[in-house]
Amino acid sequence: MIAFIIRRVLVGIVMVVVMIFVVFSLFFASGNPAINQCGKYCSAEKIEELTRLLGYDKPIPAQFGDFVRGLVVGRDYPVNDAYREQLIANGFENRIIHCEAPCLGYSQSDQKTVNQLLGKAAGPTISLAVVSFVIWIFFGVLIGVLAAVFKGKWLDKVVVGSTLVVYALPVFVIGTFFLQYVAIKWELYPYPRFEPLQGPEDILPWITGIFLPALTLALFFMAAYVRYTRAFVLESMSEDYIRTARAKGLPERRVLFKHGLRSALTPLVTLAGLDFASLLAGAIITESVFNYQGMGALAVKANNNHDLPVLIGLVIVGATAVIVMNIIVDILYAYIDPRVRFAK
Amino acid sequence: MTRPFLSVENLVVHFPTPDGIVRATDGLSYTLEPGKTLGIVGESGSGKSVSSSAILGLHRNTNAQVSGKIWLDGVDLLALSDKEMQQRRGKDVAMIFQDPLSALHPYYTVGDQVGEAYRIHNDVTKKQARARAIEMLDRVGIPDPHRRVDAYPHQFSGGMRQRAMIAMALINDPELLIADEPTTALDVTVQAQILDLLQDLQKEFNTALIMITHDLGVIAEIADEVLVMYAGRAVEYGSTKQLLTEPAMPYTLGLIQSVPDLSSDVNEPLKPIPGNPPSLLNPPPGCPFEPRCAYKHHVPDGLPQRELPELREIAPGHFRRCHLTETDLSKLTPMPVGVDE
Repeated sequence: MIAFIIRRVLVGIVMVVVMIFVVFSLFFASGNPAINQCGKYCSAEKIEELTRLLGYDKPIPAQFGDFVRGLVVGRDYPVNDAYREQLIANGFENRIIHCEAPCLGYSQSDQKTVNQLLGKAAGPTISLAVVSFVIWIFFGVLIGVLAAVFKGKWLDKVVVGSTLVVYALPVFVIGTFFLQYVAIKWELYPYPRFEPLQGPEDILPWITGIFLPALTLALFFMAAYVRYTRAFVLESMSEDYIRTARAKGLPERRVLFKHGLRSALTPLVTLAGLDFASLLAGAIITESVFNYQGMGALAVKANNNHDLPVLIGLVIVGATAVIVMNIIVDILYAYIDPRVRFAK
Repeated sequence: MTRPFLSVENLVVHFPTPDGIVRATDGLSYTLEPGKTLGIVGESGSGKSVSSSAILGLHRNTNAQVSGKIWLDGVDLLALSDKEMQQRRGKDVAMIFQDPLSALHPYYTVGDQVGEAYRIHNDVTKKQARARAIEMLDRVGIPDPHRRVDAYPHQFSGGMRQRAMIAMALINDPELLIADEPTTALDVTVQAQILDLLQDLQKEFNTALIMITHDLGVIAEIADEVLVMYAGRAVEYGSTKQLLTEPAMPYTLGLIQSVPDLSSDVNEPLKPIPGNPPSLLNPPPGCPFEPRCAYKHHVPDGLPQRELPELREIAPGHFRRCHLTETDLSKLTPMPVGVDE
């Protein structure tokens, strides 16, 4: 089991390195980033100067080397050595910004390191992802199991029908409804505002502020997970070993919970891990509707401003989250299924 | 008159489907005494497994319509509540299945699954159940049971898995064991071992055994009585000796003749029964075997298509469902049947 985990983690590290290389190459293949940064009415001299200042004049392999060095040991901005020396010589040392490892870059338009920007955006995004994950997994699996148990009965039909409706509703419709009607017009719920979670006394305001957006996001996933769970449970309950469990004389409850649900869990874990990972890169629509300054909002802003370092940082963080969740899913898989654990 | 230990009376299992009712078992009756073995033979879809699953009440909570009587030791199992049936399942009646790999849960250890059958019917601790599981694994011939008890099904060979299934089924010392083609998925050499094991255990526990199979070799080895099923009904029923030496029903004869004879010429082609069993969905009236029967020209024309023959006793303890008046088929000449389908 330990060997399995070590092997998976090593493969994961290799994947992260390759991913960083690919992301970096892709973004630099789209031309000189300084032109986009400079804006519409930009003279050739201005572009040239900016290119030099931002270090885009160096060959791309050298830029990649600097980027990786920044990730490993950190780096100083502005990146142009001559410009930095000039600042020191003129007594503007405080204008030099040190970016600690793992340094993802520096946003010229925000005058902040990418790490600072991501750090600030991570709070709302992670909170949103975690709370909605808990809601959708709990209710999605619960309702899915109930639908499977009562297959063909009215409960199942209601569940199947309503999941279809909820799944078809766009997030911005549900979100706008919650915000405009539930919170603002009818005042049934306090206006959702993100409160950072810093200590145990923050839990109540944090959960109150996050609940509506998290529910908005969760409803969509919940609808899908009800259907997944229903299908997986029905499938596992038609296996031969379920007949064996019944033939042993187990009560139906135990047949379902011990023998049926366990095998339905395996595919659910895979799906849940990947869906959770994708949320860590930000839920763009939900964040926009509720005006949450999370990773999704940051991505939209960076995209509109042609803020390349922030975009690269976001993609790398999002992709790393997917890779890490994949490793966790694999380890959970081995924990659940002995055939994986003992496979050589 | 005392009722036999197991008495199945006019058992009917119907499955309603959107296309009509599937008559999987239609009026099946037989009896069985402790320590004896009944072989149920028939092609796939003849109702062997369906009728036997009904004894365990495995059709409860499905859309199957089950009627008739199943007397076990003086109690009608079909009249029991779901809860009462559940408490008897695995304790008084146990079952082993065809493919032991899919019949065992891949995520739990063999010991856990074998012990669970004991724990559910007896007020014992996990530790006692485990000890009992080890004892049973040892009894069914699994080497090194103390270690193997913690192995998972996929770490066992096919024969070992079936031994574990047998251990699970016999852990509560059931009065009746139903074996649903227990050797079909196994290698030939392992098949013989499993049959020997079943016979040994049956003798030891004085269990009544229902052996469902389509292998007449298994029947010849293990069964005291044989029930031949066709299209959900019994077509011939009697002692193993009667059926194998004096088959009185063309279908039974066909089954026997389709078994390759090791002493005969190897180049001699096998003799299959032509055609396919009929659909159990809205079956036509008449003898279900008529389209495939090589002896139908000995019966007045139109009778087999019109009327289902009764199950009649032709010798003490020997029943058949056939329109033929002659019981000794060797006195009749068969005709080749052209089954056009």
